Amino acid sequence: MAVIVDEDTRLVVQGITGYQGTYHSKAMMDFGTDVVAGVTPGKGGQEVHGVPVFDTVEEAVERTGANASCVFVPAPFTKGAVLEAIDAGIGTVVTVTEHVPVHDAIHFVAVARAKGVVLIGPNCPGLASPGLAKIGILPNKIFKKGDVGVVSRSGTLTYEIVNAMTEDGLGQSTCVGIGGDRVPGMGFVDALKLFQEDDETNRIVLVGEIGGTAEEEAAEFITENITKPVVAYIAGRTAPPGKRMGHAGAIIARGRGTAGSKIKALEAAGVKVAPLPTDVPGLVRA
Amino acid sequence: MKLFEYKAKELMRRYGIPVPEGFVVSSPDQIDHLPGPVMVKAQVLIGGRGKAGGIKPADTVEEARKVASAILGMDIRGYTTKEVLVEKRIAVDREIYLGVTVDRSRKSVLIMASAAGGVDIESVPEDKVLMAHLDPLIGYQPYIGRRVAKAVGLAGPQAAQMESICHRLCELVTKEDAELAEINPLVVTEDGEVIAGDGKVTIDSDALFRHKEYQELKEDLTPLEEKAKKLDIAFVQLDGNIGVIANGAGLTMATLDSLNVFNGRAGVFLDLGGTDDPEKVKQAMLLMEEADPKVILVNIFGGITKCDTVAAGLLEAMGEKSIEAPIIARIKGVNEEHARDMLKNAGIIPASGLSEAAELAAKESLR
Repeated sequence: MAVIVDEDTRLVVQGITGYQGTYHSKAMMDFGTDVVAGVTPGKGGQEVHGVPVFDTVEEAVERTGANASCVFVPAPFTKGAVLEAIDAGIGTVVTVTEHVPVHDAIHFVAVARAKGVVLIGPNCPGLASPGLAKIGILPNKIFKKGDVGVVSRSGTLTYEIVNAMTEDGLGQSTCVGIGGDRVPGMGFVDALKLFQEDDETNRIVLVGEIGGTAEEEAAEFITENITKPVVAYIAGRTAPPGKRMGHAGAIIARGRGTAGSKIKALEAAGVKVAPLPTDVPGLVRA
Repeated sequence: MKLFEYKAKELMRRYGIPVPEGFVVSSPDQIDHLPGPVMVKAQVLIGGRGKAGGIKPADTVEEARKVASAILGMDIRGYTTKEVLVEKRIAVDREIYLGVTVDRSRKSVLIMASAAGGVDIESVPEDKVLMAHLDPLIGYQPYIGRRVAKAVGLAGPQAAQMESICHRLCELVTKEDAELAEINPLVVTEDGEVIAGDGKVTIDSDALFRHKEYQELKEDLTPLEEKAKKLDIAFVQLDGNIGVIANGAGLTMATLDSLNVFNGRAGVFLDLGGTDDPEKVKQAMLLMEEADPKVILVNIFGGITKCDTVAAGLLEAMGEKSIEAPIIARIKGVNEEHARDMLKNAGIIPASGLSEAAELAAKESLR
């Protein structure tokens, strides 16, 4: 078992005929994901890497039994695409698209929650369970099967840390990139809960950054519910207040969301916090 | 994207929220009539205008012109006043706070209201602020406005006015894609009217594709940040002397933090994002050169990004302009050996790991 993605995942790629959709469909197939369908309105009947393309998600589900979706459609159409997937009965939706308006995200995150759909993103790299499957854009080569569950708000920083772990011989059960947006679907707490329940995860790595209070909430949850050891890294210790540091959500606003506050909360919860990303593997081993 | 007070109030008026009569001018001689006794208010995107002398009363056209000419051009906490709002003075009985914003942790729209208006809401004790979350599946409903009115101590016709203002402000926030709409103070006048004394609106810049009218508005950016925005590069100027180019927001922040461990201080945060388009990399490097850092640190983790095309972009920039600052590059990922050879031949100092790169850059910067 791993969390969220495994050998039973049957993936539909929304926006499969675009550059990103086509490229990453192939990469996901190479990783072992069962990509069963693609959707691009108006392009039904075509094929991409041998995968049939449909006009609607509903059709894709009916014809291929797809149960998870990866959304690559441009930001103005993302809300419609996510709602279409939910309406078609898809149980797991991973939204890679960046720059989705925050009010759109508020709406589809709430709908997903009400319908019991696992929504990851927007603005996320997705997730990977090495040896089984991945959904999203995480690079294939950095992973190794193992017992560390990774959850992160970042993309490349996660790759950096996962790669360092892999080079050090530490494999991963599942790595979830929840994304750097202000209003994400899955949060740290949801992922921590899954890792705590997962038999193949024995240790957890949490990668956070400045902005919001998700890390503080995670710390509270760890204190009360997590018995597995947790190592964390928080990016943005030196970021000035009021400046948006690349991610929509990475901003210290009105004195809240500083790295200091997050590190303090995590340490109080018994989490070992790494000063440098490259210190993570050592702390996981310790 | 923050809107000036007069823009925010125009918007509020459009949504049916009472605002004082007024007009905006950029030179004193544009004032040729008054709606009555007025306040002349500096239009700057920063708080504390009043204390800085940016808000003054006037009773006649002549007086208003005099006050306006004193305020126009005034520097308020680093912002130059280019326009003033000439607005009918209101007789204040009570000041209330009303704000509608996005609550990240509750993933919903949040109404905040307090009977303690006219001061910074952050300074008001939490138990004096009502926090009413809108369930996204329920949206605004009149009972929420009634709750707000009661919490700030309004009754009768004023409670009805308050409820209407709440409703319209929530409507404005969702329809205009605002991250924040704030009325502070919301004034109860001596005549018992409820009217917006000030107005603040921030529009979600990710939603500009459906709001053409805001696309022309200027943001509060340095000239280089402005340029970067046009190139779709995340670029932030900081107060150190090391220019950092990395890919991905988290990795760029982590690179800044790593420098700090070795007593180095970043002067530029430049996040290339997921690109390996050599042209964009070249533009990024040229932008960095313009920012004139003492040392440049390039940190690329190419999971998908191809390192050699990033290197090609860097070399193109160096071919176009001689860059005097020493460049330290740590490049890892797809085609990294090729990329490293390309850079070495161009005199770039290679580093194998993130901490080694940070240490080298920090040392150079302290030299």
